[in-house]
Amino acid sequence: MTTTIIWTIVAITVLGVLLAVVLYLVANKFKVEEDPRIDEVEKVMPGANCGGCGFAGCRAFAQSCVESASLDNNFCPVGGNEVMKKVAAVLGLEVHEKAPMVAVVRCNGTCANRPVVNGYDGLKSCKVKAALYSGDTGCFYGCLGCGDCVAACQFGAISMDPQTGLPVVDEEKCTACGACVKACPKKIIELRNKGPKNRRVFVSCVNMEKGATARKACSAACIGCGKCAKACPFGAITVEHNVAYIDFNKCKLCRKCVAECPTGAIHAVNFPALPPKTEQPAVKPVVAQSAAGAKPEVKPEPQKKEE
Amino acid sequence: MKKTFSIGGVHPDDKKISAGCRIETLPVPKTVYISMAQHLGGPAKAVVAAGDKVKTGQVIGEPTGFISAYVHSSVSGTVKSVGLRKDIVGIPVVHVEIEVEGDEWMEGIDTSDTLVTDIPQDPKFIVDRIKSNGVVGLGGATFPTNVKLCPPPDKKADILILNGAECEPYLTSDYRIMIEKPRQIVVGAALMKRVLGVGRVVIGIEENKPEAIASMGEAAKALAAVSPDYSGIEVMTLKKKYPQGGEKQLIDAVVHRQVKSMGLPIDVGAVVQNVATSLAVYDAVQKNRPLIDNTVTVTGECFPKQSNLLVRVGTPISYIIDYLGGVPETAAKVVSGGPMMGKAISNLDAATLKGTSSVLFLTEAQTKRQPETNCIRCGKCAEACPMGLEPFLLNKLARNGMMDELEQNAVQDCIECGCCLYSCPAYIPLLDTIRMAKGEVIKIIRSRTAPKK
Repeated sequence: MTTTIIWTIVAITVLGVLLAVVLYLVANKFKVEEDPRIDEVEKVMPGANCGGCGFAGCRAFAQSCVESASLDNNFCPVGGNEVMKKVAAVLGLEVHEKAPMVAVVRCNGTCANRPVVNGYDGLKSCKVKAALYSGDTGCFYGCLGCGDCVAACQFGAISMDPQTGLPVVDEEKCTACGACVKACPKKIIELRNKGPKNRRVFVSCVNMEKGATARKACSAACIGCGKCAKACPFGAITVEHNVAYIDFNKCKLCRKCVAECPTGAIHAVNFPALPPKTEQPAVKPVVAQSAAGAKPEVKPEPQKKEE
Repeated sequence: MKKTFSIGGVHPDDKKISAGCRIETLPVPKTVYISMAQHLGGPAKAVVAAGDKVKTGQVIGEPTGFISAYVHSSVSGTVKSVGLRKDIVGIPVVHVEIEVEGDEWMEGIDTSDTLVTDIPQDPKFIVDRIKSNGVVGLGGATFPTNVKLCPPPDKKADILILNGAECEPYLTSDYRIMIEKPRQIVVGAALMKRVLGVGRVVIGIEENKPEAIASMGEAAKALAAVSPDYSGIEVMTLKKKYPQGGEKQLIDAVVHRQVKSMGLPIDVGAVVQNVATSLAVYDAVQKNRPLIDNTVTVTGECFPKQSNLLVRVGTPISYIIDYLGGVPETAAKVVSGGPMMGKAISNLDAATLKGTSSVLFLTEAQTKRQPETNCIRCGKCAEACPMGLEPFLLNKLARNGMMDELEQNAVQDCIECGCCLYSCPAYIPLLDTIRMAKGEVIKIIRSRTAPKK
């Protein structure tokens, strides 16, 4: 009886030792050399794995950073400049600061501006709706309102405003990862410079139809009249295919275009209210879009940033 | 035992309430808007400009590429503009707007009613006529007919199948032409038979159209007695089942051959053409008459004036509806095509196309979708799918964006017939998600195969 137990223990021990040696040799033979810096870089990453950088996740991004000689082509939109500085410190590289970006919804088609002309009864998905037809309003280019962007956002930064039927971006939460830009089948969401004190001016319309048709579908559509382009002292505005576009790198936020726009398609957000003038009513609906009741919050917000 | 396809299918009520209405010619409207994208493939390029005078049957659009087709003016008059106009689903497409003045046809077009039964000997002449007269498949997909009749040299057809199934509920335009113009259809079939060099032509008609079966059978018999060119043309009665008119389903029903995944009918030696296409081929070859009008069924239980109208291409749909007394009050949805595969019309000002087969009015009760509930794994969708797919699975995969698995489960074979959606007791919008996934998967497959060429 005892000899059986002894033999068993001996046999198992010998087997264990043998296998350990084999495993050791195999592990040595097929060792994967991995740069330890990848782990270090990954540690400073936000870990959201959102794919906003263009890589399959934070680790893939870290690997790419380690392998490339400069960080010019790699940028983590979620972590922004701070994270990139840390990454640069780990790798001993230099990093060029990038202006923070934010997702901007370029559509004015609120329920009031853009009347619904037919009923949509299909799956509540912008992608499906876009593949079927032009949408339930007269505008072929505008927001379809099914919230694909909301579903795409990992950071909870986009929500649908039930009053307007349009998505609203929470600029505090938005990391400019670009997931919503990719999710929108109408391509109305754009990543734009966040701007000094979060102030920015943009054309909130992508309708490429001729002025009269565009206006018929939506009272706040860009009609491509070109008044803004003429008014702009910096040459930041171009009108192409009946729709104006403001180059945020050239825009100096003078807001001359906002006052000039006959339909209120140009939005200026997070600015203090304009001095009382006759244009006031034209500007009012514009500011209201940025977020319901955002106006009173406008002032404290930039102050927070300055601190 | 009547034949039908072997897997799946559903039996919707056929509701052919406009079957008894003779084809009536719709008066030409004051203005027509002729779309340049009336066929599958590259849109035609407009070759007229504002101010040009055009005659009926004159070429106004030329094909751009191999899969594309000529577009002809369906009226005579003055071109008012060439520009973007919204189609039935509100998407801007290039249209040529023509103000109608009289009805002067191009020279060389035979507008008489005499039946021409002599089949030209040269297949190339026939194909050229089909191409230059802008004939496209009128079964729904509007694929250019000349391309379909000229398979690659390594593939040979041995049978031509004419699709007279008209399996969609409500539609009766094919039924009416089979009753009113059966001989023309048979001549068209003989022309295509000559081009393909096949010995056998089967005209497949569902059992719910006995009059069409009789009239087509009689026409085939009468013409077979005239000339040997018409030998081998027969009518086959098929069991009623949707989607019998699907190309792959019809081949299965008639000759029991299965087209492989991503394959074409020519791979199994068959070519399928619609009976309306056959009529257009007859007009194009024997009469040199371009495809400028087609039969449109205007129907629906809530619509008082059931009609089958011969409509010039480019007629605004609103004009057709106004001619018949306007949109009925109880109508909630207007559909172009049948209730199973048709497209909802969101823009009634849009113009008809070559392939427009019907304007269908549905009431709220008929069309309203029920709220979606959970899948109970009953398997009805898989049973109904005529392509042998598993819609419940594809739906799950599509909603989670699993493209590789979707491709493995052959989402690209979906023919968008809607049987799954029709049979689902949980009202899950299966087709919506599967169609979206199919589009994406096909894009992925194309991008993978493209660089190899």
